[in-house]
Amino acid sequence: MTDPIRELTAQLASDPQSLVFLELGEALRNRGQPAAAYKVARMGVNRYPELAASHDLLARVLADQGDRHAAAEAWRRVLELSPGHTGANKGLAFLAFRAGDPEGALPFLEAALGAAPDDEGLAAAVQRVRTALDGAAARAAAAAAAEPAPTPLRGAEGFEPFEDARGVVLLDAQGLRLAGTLEAPDGTDVSDALAAHLQGVSREASRAARLLDLGAWEGVTAESADGHLMVLPPTQSTVLVLLRDARVPVGRLGLIAEQAARAARNWLERLA
Amino acid sequence: MKNLGEALERVTRVAGIRGAMLVAESDGLVVAEALAEGLDGAAVAALAASLTLRLRRTAISAGLAVPQVVQLRAERGTVLCVPAGDDLLLVAVAERDANLGLARLELRQAAAQLGS
Repeated sequence: MTDPIRELTAQLASDPQSLVFLELGEALRNRGQPAAAYKVARMGVNRYPELAASHDLLARVLADQGDRHAAAEAWRRVLELSPGHTGANKGLAFLAFRAGDPEGALPFLEAALGAAPDDEGLAAAVQRVRTALDGAAARAAAAAAAEPAPTPLRGAEGFEPFEDARGVVLLDAQGLRLAGTLEAPDGTDVSDALAAHLQGVSREASRAARLLDLGAWEGVTAESADGHLMVLPPTQSTVLVLLRDARVPVGRLGLIAEQAARAARNWLERLA
Repeated sequence: MKNLGEALERVTRVAGIRGAMLVAESDGLVVAEALAEGLDGAAVAALAASLTLRLRRTAISAGLAVPQVVQLRAERGTVLCVPAGDDLLLVAVAERDANLGLARLELRQAAAQLGS
């Protein structure tokens, strides 16, 4: 499989004036490399200070890093350059929610909806905020609804092969995340920790199966009292990891995993 | 040692099981084995211990408890690993068409017998 980040980096190196930095920055964000994404975004802003998209990318990276003030400043700059920019309005609404200020978020959500009237998610978020501004629980729900989804990798929106989209992650051979999210039973995002522990598992399982004359490896399962973890290779250079509650029987988890592996292969083919 | 032999036999009696062994988890060395001819006990032990250790670390980092069963499934068979007390691992190698449900049950009971 071609590494899209390597490809985009090469494109940028051969044509430093191109706008490919926007795609590269998003790809680095999606792969969980915020420092590299920041470097690319900052370079883009320096090179294209009048381009709204470059400031938008920088704002997303800064929001990822938790630097809300700098992110807000970058999104405000986007709105100066491109009034009504949906991404910037959603970003500023998200920051306001995060700061516990749903009232402050509402004008940005309404502005975003004005620019994208067909966005059903936005319409629902606006409606929820309007009707439930004084309820703490409702505020939290609206924040979740309004949170700007990270811009997916090209084609990543098709990576939804599972009944529970937050219970699966696809890793490359270096243990880096390609898509998906895994959460611990307490809700903590453990995707990157798992990726680090599982780097090289494919090689190890493959070697074990070969030495025992069992043929190609098809999957590894760890069953705990509170959850099951399944690792399998959709392709030679990737591994798919599924995490499910212990109430999901292991046999059923195997079926879900096979389905997920097929979808992952399709997704990777579309990316290539 | 009688218990040990009985525990391994209990597992190997299941149809499709090519062998069972007790392995020291920390160093992957064989403690006892009952394997069909052609199975390399030392290799099974080392690989099973290494894979189990990796999966244990991964499960813990995912907020899960220590795994009770680790299973490697391959084209022509399966390796099952179950903790059996202090630093011990009970391992079975099964053919593709083995009764894995029964094998898992026997492994867990044998492991409990060894751990008691």
